[in-house]
Amino acid sequence: MLSRVANAIYWLNRYIERAENVARFIDANYHMALDIPGSAAEQWQPLINTTGDQELFTELYGQVDQEKAIEFLTFNRDYPNSIRSCVRAARENARSVREYISSEMWEQLNTFYLMLNDAAQQESMDLPHQFFVDIMNASHAFIGITDATMDHGEGWHFGRLGRMLERADKTSRILDVKYYILLPSVDYIGSPYDSILWGALLRSASAFEMYRKRHGRIDPQKIAEFLLLDQDFPRAVHYCLAIADNSLHKLSGSRRGTFINPAEQALGRLLADFDYTSIEEILETGLHEYLDNTQTRINAVGTAIQEKFFNPQPVATATETRTKE
Amino acid sequence: MKFDSYDTEGFYDEIFDAQGQPRPGANLVVERINALPESELQRRQGAAERTLLNLGITFNVYGNEAQTEKIFPFDIVPRIIQAEEWTDLENGLKQRIRALNNFIDDVYNEQKIIKDGIIPEDLVFSADGYRKACIGLKPPAGIWCHITGTDLVRSGDGKYYVLEDNLRCPSGVSYVMENRLLMKRTFPMVFDACNVLPVTDYPSRLLDMLQGVAPSGVRSPVVAVWTPGVYNSAYFEHSFLAQQMGVRLVEGSDLIVHRGEVMMQTTKGLERVDVIYRRIDDDFMDPKAFRADSMLGVPGMMEAYAKGRVTLANAPGTGVADDKAIYAYVPEIIRYYLGEEPILNNVPTYACWRPDECQYVLENLDKLVVKAVNESGGYGMLVGPHATAAERVEFADRIKAHPRTYIAQPTLALSRVPVMVGDHFEGRHVDLRPYILYGKEEIYVLPGGLTRVALKKGSLVVNSSQGGGSKDTWVIDAEGGASPESPLSQQEVQ
Repeated sequence: MLSRVANAIYWLNRYIERAENVARFIDANYHMALDIPGSAAEQWQPLINTTGDQELFTELYGQVDQEKAIEFLTFNRDYPNSIRSCVRAARENARSVREYISSEMWEQLNTFYLMLNDAAQQESMDLPHQFFVDIMNASHAFIGITDATMDHGEGWHFGRLGRMLERADKTSRILDVKYYILLPSVDYIGSPYDSILWGALLRSASAFEMYRKRHGRIDPQKIAEFLLLDQDFPRAVHYCLAIADNSLHKLSGSRRGTFINPAEQALGRLLADFDYTSIEEILETGLHEYLDNTQTRINAVGTAIQEKFFNPQPVATATETRTKE
Repeated sequence: MKFDSYDTEGFYDEIFDAQGQPRPGANLVVERINALPESELQRRQGAAERTLLNLGITFNVYGNEAQTEKIFPFDIVPRIIQAEEWTDLENGLKQRIRALNNFIDDVYNEQKIIKDGIIPEDLVFSADGYRKACIGLKPPAGIWCHITGTDLVRSGDGKYYVLEDNLRCPSGVSYVMENRLLMKRTFPMVFDACNVLPVTDYPSRLLDMLQGVAPSGVRSPVVAVWTPGVYNSAYFEHSFLAQQMGVRLVEGSDLIVHRGEVMMQTTKGLERVDVIYRRIDDDFMDPKAFRADSMLGVPGMMEAYAKGRVTLANAPGTGVADDKAIYAYVPEIIRYYLGEEPILNNVPTYACWRPDECQYVLENLDKLVVKAVNESGGYGMLVGPHATAAERVEFADRIKAHPRTYIAQPTLALSRVPVMVGDHFEGRHVDLRPYILYGKEEIYVLPGGLTRVALKKGSLVVNSSQGGGSKDTWVIDAEGGASPESPLSQQEVQ
């Protein structure tokens, strides 16, 4: 497929996934704030920190409060990672490859974009919860429509690769920020706040119900283990990396467990670490350090993919590839 | 909403005759619309517009920062053409395009038509679309203008006239297909009963045609559509056609000429492309051959084309034949190459480079439409009867300064069709752009084509960039199809 098209599909999936994650972070936080009266302000600062864009926020809005936080993360046009900006960027990418993706995908994404634009024109939000649920559903619908209407060839794998790397990054970020804020509350295990706060973290990754089924009792270490190392939960970092690795090998044509380009090497090595580590080991080195390092390595994988597949290749190498075929 | 109070106001109306009776073939549609419950038609129109927006069937408006995408306004009352009438149009278009193709081939090769004194030499060589780089070229199967969208109008006398031959990648065919889709959703039963000739196979015919003109020796040709990019006003169409044909949509940056061949840059290296349906002007295709400042072009493209390594559709240089000055000679061109009388008429045209005709034009500016020969899209035009005295004076000066660049035509009383205006129907002027594919084996004319409507009251300008809209065009086979009383069409009312 054309490099430009591969690039657009990869990014449009990343943007949709990013929008969905931001919506879920906000929704979980909003509910938590309702459960803990008077705590609103202090609950929103960490969320802004999750994005890594707290400086821009301060510049634009000053002190964090609920309304400003939601405005910033949801509608702000000048903030490239707001839901609105993400969906707009996703749509622009989709528009440039409209002939390649299915009409159903395009129509769903375009409707999603128009829905958000309409909402942005409204004066106030009556039902924030429903609004964020709509956003998450739109993202899920997009994934479902993609799976059901697009052939699972090269383009589809580029899309899934983008989505999984984005998701792995976002799960690791929410865990990173929330874990240390919540840790002191372990002291009063059994109090109602305890499960509210930890529950909110799990809900931020749509993990609450699945975690309950697997582990039952709220236990910080188990929660970290679940969000990081679980092999079956679709938002766990380990799961995301495994799926991404699978798509990357489908794209290169090499066997899993081997590599023929720097992207495969970087991702395979990262995945191997997740395959053979334990939560005890991670906590011993320090969760924050581990997560920070993971994010850096995910970024490096992204850069390697960019270089290998999307940037126009020098003619000499390209010709070699051609003669090999 | 009913047609009861609709007034044709003395214009030729495509749906109603002078007595206000539906024309043959239009019966069924008129009856069905009259039978709809109050405000149902508005509801369906609203639904159709919403669909267009959700599908993102939009065009880009240049120089409009705030809202750069607009839907192309669509009116759900179809324009109807009788099959018999259509057959004449079809034959006329085929004849015309065959002659124009011969003309282009001749101009870049033997130049017999010039040597025989039919067309003045300087008129040909000064045409804006004339390309020196095309001299001596012989495109596969001798086809230059693969895709044409000829603009026709019907005048008060009920006859069709050719207004313009668009031989340089005309746009709009995607709207024909999308309009049809919308109409099938909006009036399924009427549609079924009317025997409307289909348009949906256009993309596969286009693909067949393109594959048929691949460079010789290529067994399974790779076809691509070349777009200037997402910001082009017709981007939707480029993407739509590529999708419907199942071929790649490429931008200049995706292409590279490598060892004389045109290649696409893919995730697996370079891949050759054999036929390019290019929706980019000659000037921007290749900075080495044409405009050096083109950021969209591919260096070496023209050389690869000239050597027969890639086919470009339409061929570069076709613009010489849709020049508005050359237009005046098309009847002669048809007689010269085919030895036939033209089936379709030109609009009577005054050439300002002929002193006597120029004099007439200057004296009758208030009755004429004056067009700059090198402009399209309704720009560079004076509609005499609607212009102010000052505008006419200004235009007269321009004509005197550059007579070669202007032609004039009488203002025609363009035919009209009913369109929805609020809660009633009003007549609006229309034109018709049928699409013609010139293939190796045959010339195909898409039944119907794009009907463009000047939505502003009294306006004659149908271009989408200037307030035009469109309608579905139904070529109806036989006598209007099944009976309106059939149970199927009754359901339509529900």
